[in-house]
Amino acid sequence: MTRVNQVIDIKGLRKNYGPLAAVSGIDLHVSSGEIFALLGPNGAGKSTTVEILEGFRTRDSGDVKVLGVDPAIGGLAARQWRNRIGIVLQTSNDAGDLTVAESVKHFSHYYSEPRDPDEVIAAVGLTDKADALVRTLSGGQRRRLDVALGIIGNPELLFLDEPTTGFDPKARRDFWSLIRKLKSEGRTILLTTHYLDEAEALADRVAVINKGQIIEVSTPAELGGRATSLAQVSWRENGVTRIEKAPHPTAFVAELAARFGGEVPELIVKRATLEDIYLEMIGETDE
Amino acid sequence: MNRSTTKDRTPSTLKLGLLRGNIEIRQFMRQRESVVFTIAFPLILLAIFGSVFSQDIAPGVNFSQYFVAGMIASGLVNSGFQNLAIMIPIEREFGSLKRLRGTPMAATSYFIGKSILVFVTMLIQVLLLLIAGVAFFGVDIPTDPYKWFTFTWLIILGSAAATTLGIAFSAVPKSGRGASAVVSPIVIVLQFISGVFFIFTQLPGWMQQVGAIFPLKWMTQAMRSVFLPDSFASQEVAGQWEIGKSFTIILIWLVIGLLFSLRTFRWSDR
Repeated sequence: MTRVNQVIDIKGLRKNYGPLAAVSGIDLHVSSGEIFALLGPNGAGKSTTVEILEGFRTRDSGDVKVLGVDPAIGGLAARQWRNRIGIVLQTSNDAGDLTVAESVKHFSHYYSEPRDPDEVIAAVGLTDKADALVRTLSGGQRRRLDVALGIIGNPELLFLDEPTTGFDPKARRDFWSLIRKLKSEGRTILLTTHYLDEAEALADRVAVINKGQIIEVSTPAELGGRATSLAQVSWRENGVTRIEKAPHPTAFVAELAARFGGEVPELIVKRATLEDIYLEMIGETDE
Repeated sequence: MNRSTTKDRTPSTLKLGLLRGNIEIRQFMRQRESVVFTIAFPLILLAIFGSVFSQDIAPGVNFSQYFVAGMIASGLVNSGFQNLAIMIPIEREFGSLKRLRGTPMAATSYFIGKSILVFVTMLIQVLLLLIAGVAFFGVDIPTDPYKWFTFTWLIILGSAAATTLGIAFSAVPKSGRGASAVVSPIVIVLQFISGVFFIFTQLPGWMQQVGAIFPLKWMTQAMRSVFLPDSFASQEVAGQWEIGKSFTIILIWLVIGLLFSLRTFRWSDR
């Protein structure tokens, strides 16, 4: 019953909290094997959408299929469905009195086809900490354990909610390679993040969500017309910094170089970052 | 990624429940505060009350013996009701429950694990109180098999009722941090009006009637039937042990706890 290449399939999803519309008509499709990032400011409806997909929240209307199954099901069917997904939640301070190895091994019993606990601990880089009590781990190590618990069941689909909040730059890079490795194993990953560079580094496609609606779905490189947006050239001339938008930046710089007869003082050529585009997008809808 | 088969080969609910029980006990034993609170605290209370009030309250029965029976009955409430009603809101606040809910594990396995934890801590507590009672406070171990029969069903039924009531009540505290402030006073008040710290028949009439609504009063009374001489039955409210009535009332509370816990249990805040 699972359509192979539609891992997440949402049509017309709506959810209200009292008079407040948290999600007002979302359509979204995530294909097998992709890392899909959901971006949006706090209160945009991001968490509500993800929690509906994870089966933690009920919806008011719309069709939702995750791995071909409606997440709102219950009973044995729900457990069989949960056997195929992995969830890494945002906050976690639990089970501090178990060791890393005990936690991962215990969670492996919940699934029908678990991965080898030692192998998973090694995959997230916690082998040295396997016998340490969870409460003695650093924030980054805890997050790695969260991922270990999320993938121990060998899930087809992994939900990652703000996975690198509070990481130092090195830890983030390491974490990103872990996520890429999980993708290379054929897993589909739904990522929510506040970090635009993270979405750019990891995601095949991103969706920007604001005020309960999807503004755009695109690749990080093309979002908001980024690929075709004008480059900005700045340089220093007669004691002032000059800025020009250039449709053909290479020709423009060549012209400048000819005019200066060599080096152009303080030359910078830049294109909009994903963050620039994103901020513009969610600003636009503010009116 | 395609899985050729997704048959249900998940371990049985019961087996997972046993594994949960193992993990719960391991975690509990590593939390020094909770071990001290649930296990040592009743012993300290026993030492204080049992030594201060040791006068005879009936021929051949002194208050220490009365108190030991009451404390053993309280042990059922402490390890079941108090422990769970405080622990579950903390697990909810810290996200452990939400994480578990995201796995294929059935809720029933979680409850089986909790019941195992309650039963084991209850047994340890009862055993320690019993040893202290026999060693220092003149409690006689009964020889009558019927009394052992009463004791056995009482600790099983009593802690089962306390477990379901603890799970049901876990929905009440708004936060994990505030849970103990909500739960502990209830248990202490119950102990005062149920014949643990005071002799039940010496309480004001209205207080006895309030106490008789709740299961702890019936647990203490049934526990006295096990550890006090049968001659003491005449000192009880009805002039007899009323064991059948105790059984029925504790069973009713078990059912109430079960119904409420099925309806009110929450995996996450909000």
